[in-house]
Amino acid sequence: MPSDDTDNDRRRFLTAATVVVGAVGTVAVAVPFLSSWSPSARARTAGAPVVADISKLEPGQLVIVKWRGKPVWVVRRDEAALETLPEVTDQLRDPDSESSNQPVYATNEYRSRKPEYLIMEGICTHLGCSPTYQPEITADFQGGFFCPCHGSKFDFAGRVYKGVPAPLNLPVPPHYYMSDGVILIGEDGVA
Amino acid sequence: MSEDNNTKGLLGWIDARFPLSKMYDEHLGKYYAPKNFNFWYFFGSLALLVLVLQIVTGIFLTMHYKPDGDMAFKSVEHIMRDVDWGWLIRYLHSTGASAFFIVVYLHMFRALIYGSYQKPRELIWLFGMFIFLALMAEAFMGYLLPWGQMSYWGAQVIISLFGAVPIVGDELTLWIRGDFVVSDATLNRFFALHVVAVPIVLLMLVVMHIIALHGVGSNNPDGIDIKKTKDANGVPLDGIPFHPYYSVKDLVGVVVFLILFSVVVFFMPEMGGYFLEYANFVPANQFKTPEHIAPVWYFTPFYAILRAVPDKLLGVIAMFSAIVVLFLLPWFDRGKVRSIRYRSTSFKWLLAMLIVSFVGLGYLGALPSTGIRTLFAQIFSVGYFGFFVGLWFISKNEITKPVPERVQ
Repeated sequence: MPSDDTDNDRRRFLTAATVVVGAVGTVAVAVPFLSSWSPSARARTAGAPVVADISKLEPGQLVIVKWRGKPVWVVRRDEAALETLPEVTDQLRDPDSESSNQPVYATNEYRSRKPEYLIMEGICTHLGCSPTYQPEITADFQGGFFCPCHGSKFDFAGRVYKGVPAPLNLPVPPHYYMSDGVILIGEDGVA
Repeated sequence: MSEDNNTKGLLGWIDARFPLSKMYDEHLGKYYAPKNFNFWYFFGSLALLVLVLQIVTGIFLTMHYKPDGDMAFKSVEHIMRDVDWGWLIRYLHSTGASAFFIVVYLHMFRALIYGSYQKPRELIWLFGMFIFLALMAEAFMGYLLPWGQMSYWGAQVIISLFGAVPIVGDELTLWIRGDFVVSDATLNRFFALHVVAVPIVLLMLVVMHIIALHGVGSNNPDGIDIKKTKDANGVPLDGIPFHPYYSVKDLVGVVVFLILFSVVVFFMPEMGGYFLEYANFVPANQFKTPEHIAPVWYFTPFYAILRAVPDKLLGVIAMFSAIVVLFLLPWFDRGKVRSIRYRSTSFKWLLAMLIVSFVGLGYLGALPSTGIRTLFAQIFSVGYFGFFVGLWFISKNEITKPVPERVQ
């Protein structure tokens, strides 16, 4: 009950102190709960690098390798496909991959270590659908990848066209050649 | 207390310990609702009915469903084929989801035409909008559980929306999924949210919605404040007790609703691919996106707005803005007259534009996008947002018809 001899300053201080301590406690308690949503140790282990044998790939063929649960494409591009790359440059949003995600060794026109082999994550940079491979070169479309969800188009190096919703080129995962026909996806290896 | 209620016997005993009679009077027996409620006033009580239906059928589904990436799809098939009456319980639940949105959209439309969101009912509207938001979260997470192709890729797309957030976007999507792609971890947490967390929030919001409504009092098709004219006992002259008058009236609505609902459940539970999409009868495959992915019909208007903008971040912003403007509706409308019966012709034109735009977006959102369709989606998006902007401008000095003092 308030009375004449109530020490209001003391009361206010105690109220404020209780609120602050309570708030700190609440935040601290929230940490374990929120952290429990992060990828578990098991999910992280499943994100370990994978080895893929690509020696049997025919020109023009695409195979899917599972890495971190994502589809990673390995495409053996033929001459015709490689020839389209410089031709479509002016229709692309980020032809030099300046703002896109790829290792340094794939920051080139081919977006790969070897022009012939493209290693790329098959997840659209728009909203995460998996684009489809369009190996045929037609008058309408110079070939590459097409995302059925929202119509984003990519060339044979996974570079995004202008005027489609995807903002960036398809990401290239870290990878290196263990030998001529065997690649490891998930690590950069020695440069 | 018992002295106030003058109750005796068992009820008197309870009333001395729990305000049972008081609560009954406040919400049913002596809750005076305007006497001129029409067809549009069925949908509040129907929404409550569907909520109960979803909770009951949901509880029974969890007794057979397994939230596991390897078992989820099979367990749903198990419910459909092996569990006695399992097909009925599941179809009641899946049809109930669509029915919920039909009823809620009509309920919101009622608020729109009779100005039920206007002062002093802004909080009722806001609680209602939070219910709508919780309902969308509930529906989205529930749709992942059957673990079909559309479940999987729908979740992949919607979670990727958060990737548009600058800087922390990628980390955020990783945290929501609990894995690098939508996976067992995602399914499990969505299950927990769908069956425990969101329903609790939903129930709390519904209680707040109703308490706010019964505190302020119901609006009516004339948009008149019936509390202005009361009799000697303080009872509004144009009010009638909710029970038995509206409880009985709502019962008629319930019967008609259940007839239509049963027709869908028993004869067309998939509703031509709109209530249950065909691609969802194929188990989730993380390496293959279906040829055409579309959300369930109740999300298509917002999805169409997302697709109408050819930029990831701006598209996501446009889509979320479409929800935010709804929240702000009571403040976009600066008018003093509530009901469409007495509002200006320009208001009616704006409302017509909103209806056409919303239905148009809903239609386009279910189809694959092409050049001409994207153009139309852009026009309709402008129409949708145009309603709110237009309302703000016209409502300030709107030329309205005289509003009667009493309900006609």
